[in-house]
Formats: sequence, C-alpha cells, structure tokens
Amino acid sequence: MQSQREYVLRTVEERGVRFVQFWFTDVLGTAKTFSITPAELENALEEGMTFDGSSIDGFSRVQESDVIAHPDPKTFQILPFRTGPEDTVARMFCDISNLDGSPFDGDPRRVLRRALERAHERNFSFFAAPELEYFYFAGSETTGTPRTLDAGSYFELTVADLTTDLRKRTVLTLEEMGIPVEYAQHEDAPSQHEIDLRYTDALTMADTIMTVRLVVKQIAKERGAYATFMPKPLAGVQGSGMHTHFSLFSNGVNAFHDPGDERGLSLVGRQFIAGLLEHAAEITAVTNQWVNSYKRLVSGYEAPVNVSWAYNNRSALVRVPIVKRGKTDSTRIEFRSPDPACNPYLAFAVILAAGLRGIEKQYELPAEADTNLFLMTPRELAKAGIKPLPKNLDAALAAMERSELVAETLGEHVFEWFLRNKRTEWEDYSREVTPYELTRYLPAL
Amino acid sequence: MAGYPWTAVGDAEAARRAEPEDGWTGAIISAVEDPDGAFGLCRTVRKRETPLTPLLLIVEAHQLAELELREDLFDDFTLARAMPEEIEARLGHLLWRTGRGKRHDVIAYGPLALNLETYQAVVSGRPLDLTFMEYELLRFLAAHPGKVFTREVLLSRVWGYEYFGGARTVDVHIRRLRAKLGEEHAHLIETVRSVGYRFGRARWAP
Repeated sequence: MQSQREYVLRTVEERGVRFVQFWFTDVLGTAKTFSITPAELENALEEGMTFDGSSIDGFSRVQESDVIAHPDPKTFQILPFRTGPEDTVARMFCDISNLDGSPFDGDPRRVLRRALERAHERNFSFFAAPELEYFYFAGSETTGTPRTLDAGSYFELTVADLTTDLRKRTVLTLEEMGIPVEYAQHEDAPSQHEIDLRYTDALTMADTIMTVRLVVKQIAKERGAYATFMPKPLAGVQGSGMHTHFSLFSNGVNAFHDPGDERGLSLVGRQFIAGLLEHAAEITAVTNQWVNSYKRLVSGYEAPVNVSWAYNNRSALVRVPIVKRGKTDSTRIEFRSPDPACNPYLAFAVILAAGLRGIEKQYELPAEADTNLFLMTPRELAKAGIKPLPKNLDAALAAMERSELVAETLGEHVFEWFLRNKRTEWEDYSREVTPYELTRYLPAL
Repeated sequence: MAGYPWTAVGDAEAARRAEPEDGWTGAIISAVEDPDGAFGLCRTVRKRETPLTPLLLIVEAHQLAELELREDLFDDFTLARAMPEEIEARLGHLLWRTGRGKRHDVIAYGPLALNLETYQAVVSGRPLDLTFMEYELLRFLAAHPGKVFTREVLLSRVWGYEYFGGARTVDVHIRRLRAKLGEEHAHLIETVRSVGYRFGRARWAP
C-alpha cells in the first residue's frame, strides 16, 4: 500500500500531472468525478476527500450527506487525452465511506466488492468479458431524431468513413490505457459498433466499462459526433446489448470446466446457469434498468426474451460457447440480457449472486433450449416450461421487489433507493403521450 | 550497512529461504562462536549456482592461523574487535571491487528503460503510463531478462502470496502491459507455451 502511494506521488511529480480526477459511480451507473491538485494528493491518499453526496443519485440520506472518497491507488492511470490545453490529467477510482470510516452503503463499487468477498469465501474468483454495443450519431446535440453516420452492416468492409476512424482511435486509446480489446467491429444496424474486451476480474472490469463508456463518448465528441449506449435508439433495427462472458476460477482452475463432460461444462457451471435462470426475472431490473431497455428485449433482434439456456443458440438468455479442445480456461457462459446502459457494478453483483445461489442450493439445470425460441408460440414455450423475461420496467421492478436475493446483494440502501427511483421513472413514462399513439389514434378515434 | 538493508540468518538453508528476489548483494559471516559451522557455511554459499560474493569473514585474533589454505572461502576478513566503521569501510570496498558499490537505479533493455528511482518507464523515448502493478511486473521481468517465469512465481514474487485471484491475474496484467508497450514492442514479453512468460531474448539465443 505504501509503495503504491509512493508510486502515485512520484509519477504525478515526474509526469507533471496538473489534476488528478477522482472517479466514482452513482447508483444508476453514471460516472461522477471531481478533480484535485497534486498539492492535495498526499493527504487525499492518506485520508480521502470529503464531499457532499446529496447531489449524487442514490447517495442522498436523511441526515448526514457528507461522505469521503478514498482513491484506490491501484487504479491510478494517466489519461491519454487532455481535458484542457496542456493539462496532463490522471484518474483514480474511489471507494466511498461514511465520515466515521465505515463503508458507505450507497456506493455501487462497495456492493460489487461485497458480492466478490462472498465468492472469495467459497474460494471463487469471478471473471467477466463484456461485448459493448453502441451507436454513433451525427452532430453534438443529443435531442431530436438521431442521424446515423453510415449505412454499413455486420463485418462489412466499409470505405474509410468517419465511424471506422472513430472506432480505430477508440481502440488505440483504450490500448494505451492498458485496456486490451479483443475485437472491434461494425454491428448489424447502421452506425452501430461493438467493442469486445478481454476478460479481467469483475471489479476491474466494472471500472473498465466506466472508462470505455467515457473514452468512446469523448473521442466521438472530439470529431463532432456523439456516441450513445442507449439500449434501443432506433426502432426497427437491433438495439445495443452488453452480452457478457463469465467464469469462476478456484485455485487457478476454471470451475466451469470438466474434462469428463462431453461439452466440457462442469456441475458448478450447470448450477451457476441454473441460478441465473431461476433468478433471471428478479435481476432484470438491474441488468436492464431503463424504460428503453425493454424496447431492446423484443423478439426478432437477437436479444433474449425468454429464460432459457443453450450451447449455441443465440436466442437463449444464457449461451455456453463452444470451446476449442484443450482450452480448459476458456469454458465460460455468456449472459445475453444486460445492456451497456446498466450500472456494471450492480449488474455484476446480482449476476454473481444469482449464479452462486445456484451453486449453494445445487439447483437442477433445466433442459437445453436447442430450437429457435423466436419461432415458438407462447403456448409452446409455456408447455416447454420456458418463462418470459419481464416485458417492461414495471414488470421487472415487481419481480425485483419480491427478491430476497437482490435485496441482500444490493443492500437495503441501494435496493430501496433504486426501486423508488425506477418506480418514478415508470410513472413518468406512463403519463407520456407518445408519437405512436398520436399517429395511430388521432386520425382514427 | 554500507547503505544496504540486512537480514540475520542462522545457516545456509535459512539464507536460501530469506534470499531476496534479486539475490544477496553480499554476506558477512562470523566464525567467532562456531568456526567449523562458519567455514562450512562459507563453502556452501560459494558452491551455489551463482556463488555468493563478496563475503566478509569475522574472526578472533587466535583464529587467524585457521584462515590458511581457506583463502577461496572469503573475499576479506576482519577481527571481531574491529570498530563498526572498519567493517563498514571494508564492506564498501568489497562492494566497489565487485562492481556493486553503486546501486543500479536504471534497468535498460533494448528500447526499454526503467528508472527505479522515479518509477518511470520509457520505451523508444515514449513514457509509458503504467499502473503500479503493471510497473512492478515490468520491473521484475526486465530485471531478469531471458529468464522464464511461471504465472505462479510471478504472482508470488510480484503480488505477494496473499493476493487472491490466481494466475489469471498475471495473464490480465501481461496483456495490459503488452497493450501499453504497443504493437511494435509487445514482443518484449513473450509467452512461453505451457510454462509462463519471458522478458527479452532467451538466455541461450544467439
């Protein structure tokens, strides 16, 4: 710890860092930051920085509103882009505590840490590798109808256009920040792009997702465009998902792998999937937290709508990718419902908790859904025992509210604040009169 | 002593166990209480794969005759009644003679340079913006060019045993380091299949 602090202080001095940004995340997954000068840094590393949490979504409490941000020196990183002229800026992620030093319950990073500690007690480390989809749109205004920048589609060899350049610059910037990118490609919909990240432990990955979202937006902005992780910005084409690959390791060995199994999937892996399926409806409000998230979770767009699993069926909620022979470390599961506008800390926490519950309670894994579920009627699905995912935020919140698992994992503070905030969002939305209604009903009724 | 931290050890086995990652810089062995044990210890540490040198032997005046025909076991000696200043001066001189008088604070290998004093790393003149653990890993690897390390060894030497997360943590950091080194220099850290990682060229490569 001492040498980490020393490293941070020396690097700030040697590299002429002018400002150090403290990064943390509100309950809805929005990046929050404030900057300090190098002069304040040594003290901040020792004692943290006090700030008023009442303006942060989900941090507000009745009495005390001051909290302390403790920078995590392990996450110290000089930013490869400048926020002002000639300013070298570095950042650190923060853990939030109360004034008495106890962990602050409203801190999403804390929620994930707690879930990971529970996994550690069972000797599991949790790894995640997400695929982030997003759209680039023209202009800098985020109001009005989005205008796409290209008309390309999946893997299309496009001429050197702006979006290809944006994506390339984004990948280079991420690599400079030590975030290795596995693939970057054009997705199905016009102007839609995808960046796949190499796995890391779940806490680092949640931090990384926050960084990636910022870098993608920042670089688009520099070129007079904007990027959005909104789950479904355009009707009639694919939405943006964040399919994420997960695995558990125990003493350096992949707990999801069993060389004796025909497909290489272990009992632990099966139970983890069973846990995810059993609690899928309850955790959906967290993995898909916006009214708009449910416009993506509709039939026909490669987004899951049913609670099912399969080896290689892209309509399933959980997919077990085929792994090359002998690649025992690669056995993993892919969870396909989350969208990139979730709070990654909370999403990873509830996903891990659901999977662990499956292992603890030794849930039985239902049969594989090996047919295309999009083609089955609701009656056929019901007969096969396949339940639907919540169809909108309201239904997802109802399922979450009844969930002991989610309440326990998020903790009372976050659980209650989240439900309250999201209920308000749903009510606001329900009061809206939409263009859909106007174009259909105004002439007819 | 002579600006170096020191550790007291009882025997050759304890010396082996307590050895720091970059090896002992030197040894002071006292023959005052147990001359036979002390000479035995000298012989053991001299016969290691990398003989421990320089070695300063402390003896009583009446033992001086015993040093005869044992010249190969030590580099210098001093009497037990010597002042601490004398021991320090002899040690400083020995270290200077063996080229370790001034501690290296820069590790350089090809296009890469690490300044251990300022924690800064540079590749082809370009500063690398490393996190602390990336820096520690690169420092350890660059200090042992050509040597292959397993993930487990890297984990225990760089992270310490208490780290939870296993060997995959090493893979994650190696990938991050390579990404930061850039395409041109990523090969500085090579993957040795089903063994681990190696920095720089293999020791026996031409």
